[in-house]
Amino acid sequence: MTDATQSGPMLAADGTPLKKSLARSLRRRKLRALALISPLLLFVLLSFVIPIVSMLFRSVENGIVSQTIPLTVVELQNWDAEGGELPNEAVYAAFTKDMLAAIEAKQHTRLGSRLNYEKTGMSSMFRRSGRQIKKLDPEADAPFKDKLIEIHDGWGDVDTWRTIKTHAVPITNGYFLNAVDMRRTPEGAQAQPDDKKILIKLFGRTLMMSLIITGSCVLLAYPISYLLANLPMRISNLLMILVLLPFWTSLLVRTSAWKVMLQQQGVINETLVWLGLVADDARLVIINNQFGTIIAMTHILLPFMILPMYSVMQTIPPTYTRAAKSMGATNWTTFWRIYFPQSIPGIGAGSILVFILAIGYYITPEIVGGTKGVFISNRIAYHISSSLNWGLAAALGTILLVVVLVLYWAYDKIVGIDNVKLG
Amino acid sequence: MAALTPISRKPMSMVLPAVASAGGFVGMFVGAGQGNVLLGILAGAALMAALAWVYIAVLDNERVARWITILGMGAGGFLFAGLTGMIIGLLAGWFFAFYIFWLFEGRYRRKLLPYLTGRQVFWHYAFRVTCGAIFVFLITPILVVLPLSFNAQDFFTFTPEMLRLDPEGYSLKHYRDFFTNNEWQRSFKNSLIIAPIATIISVTLGTLAAIGLSQSHVPGRRAIMGILISPMIVPLIISATGMFFFYSDIGRFLEGTLGMNKNFVGYVKVVLAHAVLGIPFVIITVTATLVGFDQSLTRAAANMGAGPVRTFFKIQMPLILPGVISGGLFAFITSFDEVVVVLFVGSASQKTLPWQMFTGLREQISPTILAVATILVVLSIALLTTVELLRRRSERLRGLTPA
Repeated sequence: MTDATQSGPMLAADGTPLKKSLARSLRRRKLRALALISPLLLFVLLSFVIPIVSMLFRSVENGIVSQTIPLTVVELQNWDAEGGELPNEAVYAAFTKDMLAAIEAKQHTRLGSRLNYEKTGMSSMFRRSGRQIKKLDPEADAPFKDKLIEIHDGWGDVDTWRTIKTHAVPITNGYFLNAVDMRRTPEGAQAQPDDKKILIKLFGRTLMMSLIITGSCVLLAYPISYLLANLPMRISNLLMILVLLPFWTSLLVRTSAWKVMLQQQGVINETLVWLGLVADDARLVIINNQFGTIIAMTHILLPFMILPMYSVMQTIPPTYTRAAKSMGATNWTTFWRIYFPQSIPGIGAGSILVFILAIGYYITPEIVGGTKGVFISNRIAYHISSSLNWGLAAALGTILLVVVLVLYWAYDKIVGIDNVKLG
Repeated sequence: MAALTPISRKPMSMVLPAVASAGGFVGMFVGAGQGNVLLGILAGAALMAALAWVYIAVLDNERVARWITILGMGAGGFLFAGLTGMIIGLLAGWFFAFYIFWLFEGRYRRKLLPYLTGRQVFWHYAFRVTCGAIFVFLITPILVVLPLSFNAQDFFTFTPEMLRLDPEGYSLKHYRDFFTNNEWQRSFKNSLIIAPIATIISVTLGTLAAIGLSQSHVPGRRAIMGILISPMIVPLIISATGMFFFYSDIGRFLEGTLGMNKNFVGYVKVVLAHAVLGIPFVIITVTATLVGFDQSLTRAAANMGAGPVRTFFKIQMPLILPGVISGGLFAFITSFDEVVVVLFVGSASQKTLPWQMFTGLREQISPTILAVATILVVLSIALLTTVELLRRRSERLRGLTPA
């Protein structure tokens, strides 16, 4: 550069053009940053993202029917499900052959339980006829139609074959339809009978209760955060311990504390009876219902509302409210027109966080919610561990996940995930 | 806001009703204990109003008045309800002596702005009382658990002996049960195995990634951050469901194909699952610490001939250590407190302490849970203190004024 006569691009010390050299160094820095991040990213992708994505696939995946009884599925293609007549001998022959293979591989009961989600009684039908079909010979014992109907009259029911045909597809929307109280039928999607409609109601209840919990958290957290933000640092740090201690205490400790407090013979009821506000034989029922869930979860999630609200309120300059007052605004006007609008980001951040956490809660509703106060998560857990209808559990989980991810995206837009603070 | 508001004595018409209503409130509890709430309210209100009148109009000596009230009410409490009553009586006496003169001398205005109207002052204190009630709501459940864990009976409520502060009513039997019962000890041991290993994994990987993320040019920073934080956001039940399917496949592979020990594979699955759940906390705390990190320090080190590894351990690590440790504590408590995922991923031999508590709460409800809860509360107080001290240290190191 000292040479004024030099023309062309600016050169770095080693003679390469400066632009190129800078680009290379930038690229190297980017690579180094990525190399630092990549082990963790791979770890999270492998052990968290892939499991969840594979769970999503499970909610539509339905290979079991066509894998277990492939010949029958092919033969059923030619059968008119609308006709109201039983399938012909070819279907029964194919089915016997399939079943013999499936019994050999011990797969027929799995198919039975799969189809049992769609039509009650299928599971026992497969199990019972399995024992008899095993004795049949695929060549010598033809024709099979009457023999099968004799083994179990279910095979003489048109509905059985319609169910098999409807659910023979390898990718199904059946679980999602079940998740919104509908079912897959030969005539397309239809509403479930009224006595089976529980999931929409459960989704509605989950949303409703999460909203109530979020609302009561806002109501309780606002005064506290205001107080903490406006007290001298020394005092507010001390009071902050009262907020952080529940935050750090084990979730199960807090839940068991609420169980102890809310029981029929619990601390609250005993105190009320002692005070004479409630008769001994008319103790309040505040556990194992929605009230129990709401009060316990409000307590558990309150710190998640206070912390973001507090950090926003700390930044509101007190001079604004003083200026408003000096210009003649009343207390209420000052609060509502000046202070409150500035605190809205805190309310928004806290509300989304609390709502996201509330909507997927499992432990607390399970323990203090009884049957009336449970959430959709408890239903998912039930289908995973008790009814073993994993497809439906995955479909319910997918719907819940979509709701949460939309909220997460909104949270990122409004607050930014970088700004999440802990303690 | 040290406003030097001049204070003046207040008229009886204001002091007496205020004192009477507080007296009525306390009288309600005394009345309830004696079986007649209404009489208690009336007696309490009348007694306190009379007391206030005597102190103000006749006695007019604050120090004497205070001792009379404290000792008198303590003795009254002892007559009514024994030792517990005396303690409550002494506290109530201290409160009323303070309250009467606080009102009468107008001291409640001393720290407020001079131009506030009476109504504003009232709202100020009403607001404080509301906040106090909310703080009580926050802390009561935790405080209730502590004394109940020393219950001599197998009940979840305060027995009459406990309320009388009778030593007979208290015992350490639930703690003894926790330390001798095999079920509890095994689950406690499992937690102590799983949580530290999961913490080490998430802290090591998380710190490296946080350092990478804090560099100035990271392509797709926002998306990466979104993925890394997602284990905290995705409902636990969904993570648990996904991991349940995935890890059972992995487990079958490790046991069947590689022939590993079943028990060992179980631990590996739970540790990996918990490590993922702890990662967001490490990322958040460490990136927050790195925000104030002066990059010219690493350049200075490089300038003096230190390699990247040496720079990291000698320069960067000591400075961000407080953040790393508090992230690690978060990750530890996440794993130590986690139920849902271990419930789905683990098998009975990996039963952790929270799992044992969960089954305890759902099925055979035993007061040992309260003893465990108390131990965990003490543990969380210790962790909270550590995190708070680390935060202050980190702020000092970075040259920020300590909050």
